[in-house]
Amino acid sequence: MRIAIPVNEDSQKTDICPSFGRAPFFMIKNTETNEYHFLINDAAESAGGAGIKAAQLLLNEKIDAVITPRCGENSAKVLQDADVKIFKSQGSIATQNYDLYEKGQLSPLTDIHAGFHGHGG
Amino acid sequence: MADRNIKIAVLSGKGGTGKTLVSVNLAAAANKSTYVDCDVEEPNGHLFFKPTAVEKEEIFVKIPNVNKDLCIGCKKCVEFCKFNALAYGKELIVFDEVCHSCGGCVLICPQKALTEKEKLIGIVETGISQNVKTITGELKTGEASGVPIIKNLLNKAKNEKGFIFIDCPPGSACTVMESIADADFCLLVAEPTVFGAHNLSMAYELVKVFDKPCAAVLNKTTGEYNPSEDFCGKYGIEIFAKIPFDNELGEINSNGKIAVRENYSNKDLFYDLLVKIKEAVK
Repeated sequence: MRIAIPVNEDSQKTDICPSFGRAPFFMIKNTETNEYHFLINDAAESAGGAGIKAAQLLLNEKIDAVITPRCGENSAKVLQDADVKIFKSQGSIATQNYDLYEKGQLSPLTDIHAGFHGHGG
Repeated sequence: MADRNIKIAVLSGKGGTGKTLVSVNLAAAANKSTYVDCDVEEPNGHLFFKPTAVEKEEIFVKIPNVNKDLCIGCKKCVEFCKFNALAYGKELIVFDEVCHSCGGCVLICPQKALTEKEKLIGIVETGISQNVKTITGELKTGEASGVPIIKNLLNKAKNEKGFIFIDCPPGSACTVMESIADADFCLLVAEPTVFGAHNLSMAYELVKVFDKPCAAVLNKTTGEYNPSEDFCGKYGIEIFAKIPFDNELGEINSNGKIAVRENYSNKDLFYDLLVKIKEAVK
């Protein structure tokens, strides 16, 4: 399983970023090998459609699941159409959420928000 | 003037400064004029004019339509789209409301899997209110851009004679640029606050980019220190009118009435403003 989390910094101690589409980085962990790396989120600077592009970047990385505090309806559509599971993160530490996932303690994210579209002018 | 038109764009860096108050009253004060409401996200000029003989037209844009049998998932269109309106997981997804109708994806698709189809994004209404022809655009909620509607509005107005008053959207983004692009003169409406002066500076900067002649109207003036007046002084922007912050005008306006068509005691200010604009565009 390859699992992505939106994060603020490209370090193992990073906090989770509250925004999915505009997170500066994604932390990506392969649960079989326990290896992880950071992906720069090129979508963060988009004028609009950041969530769509961020989700596409993760599909290109062959992600199986996303752990995130929030997710908009457009990003969710892209992820769910490709059968990527979306889990709700707990607390603020990214690495702890991988442990919670392994223990089966994360719930699916159900409160998909309507997005903040149209605020880019 | 008799056989041509003069387009006056009324704009401001923020909402609520009095663009509609100024443009509606100027249009009503002119002998014969056209009022174009380009604030397509929240058009409200029609609330004052209450036009009759209204004719309605639906406005469509082109968006991509995918032939899933022809699409091979090369994602060239996804990479091309600067608005992020396309995504590809198991098949191509088009986000209609994010699409800006540039048509690029259709051109770039090597499989010819994309064609264009029409999508309704809003309406344009024309009508008559005494001496004023009204042209109003209304964008459907959630749509990406009002620019196609504004193009239609201004195209409808272009053959009208006399003054054309263009009530612009707030801000200084694409919709405002589209609204002022063909204007002969720009009128900047500003509030007497620090925030108002900041927004005036944004509108002024845009007008300078388009190299348009302009002047300011200071609204809601109280006689106290006015940061917007300071800004005009600093940049040599002529102040064509000061509209006082007064209950009488506020009440007329909040009842959806047009001051120059009512017994407003200070209505000369709009006629004087019209004379100044006539002089400036000679």
